Amino acid sequence: MINLVYNEMMKIVRKKRLLIIAAIIAVLVALFTYSQMKRVQTLQEQLGTTDWRAQLQQQIIDTQNRLNSSGLSEEWRKFLQIRLKQQQYYLDHNINPSAPGAPTFMRMFAENSIDLFIPLMVMVIAADLVSSEASGGTIKLLLTRPVKRWKILLSKYIAMILSVSFILLSLGVISYFIPGVVFGFGGWTMPLLTGFSVHGEELDTSNVHLLSQWKYLLIEFGLVWFVSIIVGTLTFMLSVLMRSTAAVMGIMLAALISGAILSNMVSSWESAKYLFMVNLRLTDYVSGMAPPIAGMTLGFSMTVLTVWGLVALMISFLVFTKRDVY
Amino acid sequence: MTNGNATLVVKDLRKRIGKKEIIKGLSFELKKGEVFGFLGPNGAGKTTTIRMLVGLIKPTSGQISLCGYDLHREFSKAIRQIGCIVENPELYPYLTGWENLEHFVRMVPDIPKYRISEVVELAGLQNRIHDRVSTYSLGMRQRLGIAQALLGKPKILILDEPTNGLDPVGIREMREFIRFLAEKEGLTVLVSSHLLSEIQLMCDRVAIMSKGEIIRIDTVEHLLAEQERVIWKVEPIEKAKSLLEEETVIIGEEDGTLITHYDAEKVPLWNEKLVKAGIKVSEIRTKLPTLEDLFIELTGGETID
Repeated sequence: MINLVYNEMMKIVRKKRLLIIAAIIAVLVALFTYSQMKRVQTLQEQLGTTDWRAQLQQQIIDTQNRLNSSGLSEEWRKFLQIRLKQQQYYLDHNINPSAPGAPTFMRMFAENSIDLFIPLMVMVIAADLVSSEASGGTIKLLLTRPVKRWKILLSKYIAMILSVSFILLSLGVISYFIPGVVFGFGGWTMPLLTGFSVHGEELDTSNVHLLSQWKYLLIEFGLVWFVSIIVGTLTFMLSVLMRSTAAVMGIMLAALISGAILSNMVSSWESAKYLFMVNLRLTDYVSGMAPPIAGMTLGFSMTVLTVWGLVALMISFLVFTKRDVY
Repeated sequence: MTNGNATLVVKDLRKRIGKKEIIKGLSFELKKGEVFGFLGPNGAGKTTTIRMLVGLIKPTSGQISLCGYDLHREFSKAIRQIGCIVENPELYPYLTGWENLEHFVRMVPDIPKYRISEVVELAGLQNRIHDRVSTYSLGMRQRLGIAQALLGKPKILILDEPTNGLDPVGIREMREFIRFLAEKEGLTVLVSSHLLSEIQLMCDRVAIMSKGEIIRIDTVEHLLAEQERVIWKVEPIEKAKSLLEEETVIIGEEDGTLITHYDAEKVPLWNEKLVKAGIKVSEIRTKLPTLEDLFIELTGGETID
């Protein structure tokens, strides 16, 4: 089995996929670092101060202004109110929510890329794992060895998990070191608030507690990893079902983008919460953002994703071991 | 029918897709050290049959046994006995030839690493083995495909259209190589082709397939002798025709020649008869049938594409 996984990893590495993904991440992180730097600068100019309390106060005023303007949708108003309470809480307890520093950047990057960017990178690896062997004809050579079909598929699945883990590791390293040059490498022990939960319109702060940033990051990266594995598994299934890598990519991309759009407009369509793509933003539960549909919790989303993942895995193995190869 | 020499035994092999039966009960046996040919037009079921033999397609019913192991029940042991190229030799283009072979050696625990150098030499690829496969010519890919198939020292070699896309020199080399493997190494080789000339030069026995059935299995000599033609260039043609018709059937007439069946013993007698009757026989030559002729003959009118 180790040999089989070694083979699969070698093929992924020799196709230079991991290198390309790392390069894409590096470029994006550099881009965001620069824009973040610009943003901090303009904010300081506007306020004429580097005092974060003043910045936070400014943000609260901004939020209040937006709340007062007419033409806001009900959902948006609700969200802003919760956000306002949260910001107020940070201010009252003297906690800087966006204290610049590489770990903070890392956290924000992970939170913002969990539902689209990271799944996209996972897709690049997983989409052609099986379909490229089918379209290239090498599947025939692979399946005429004295190795059971399920073992071959399992080795590919393990290779997918290893690659996804590698992607997240390089994402962590890159999004720490590049911004670190600009914002400094410190900030691991900065306390952050977590445990916000939303009940109706009320922000429930009864469970709110402090967590040092590194623990917070650990939890978030764990969730990002989980989401990536599920997205990887779904892509893997499509890759088993279809010969064309482009078709696999197209379908996954459509699902992911529709998820991003749906999240913003499904609050009244309750059963949409069983779709995997609206459940991808797991980190929002940790940072205390309102879920797209009332009643969704971290446990609920993880259960939905797990079920989707398991079903996809089952279909993959059933189809792959039974199918006639032409 | 089964004897100790049989390495590949197929019994009543069938494959149905939907309601259509595309392979309709094949039975045959391959012996050690023989080259066996599958001959038939495209769509006759050659490739489907070969894919069933190597485990890529599951038969609807029937048995396949490779060196005594049932392909369905003892897949790993049975498949260990064969080496194959199904259709084109498609290898990983982004790896070198050597890496491709290493990749396949890693999948089978009992192949030693030094076997790679052996098969590379056998296939004559020493010079380019460390280049990427994407830079290989079709002939070299075919060689690498053969090298890959021989890695596990198989007892049975299954090659689907092995000379497809090769130039004349490549075709001859491939033919000689296949004969060498069967005669010197004692392998059983199954090849498929839609070209009679190729099968004729390479194979000991041949199965003719049409529409999912084997319509004939025989040695190449038998099959050809039976279908061989004699072309008579004679003068005057009408007289010769009536004389020959007393002895045999005239199959055809073509620009001043008559065509009859070939019969090694009787042709001299017929010739004698013609000469005695004062007919000028300027040419007697035999002609091998084309696959087209053979097919029309055996299937009663079905033509190949």
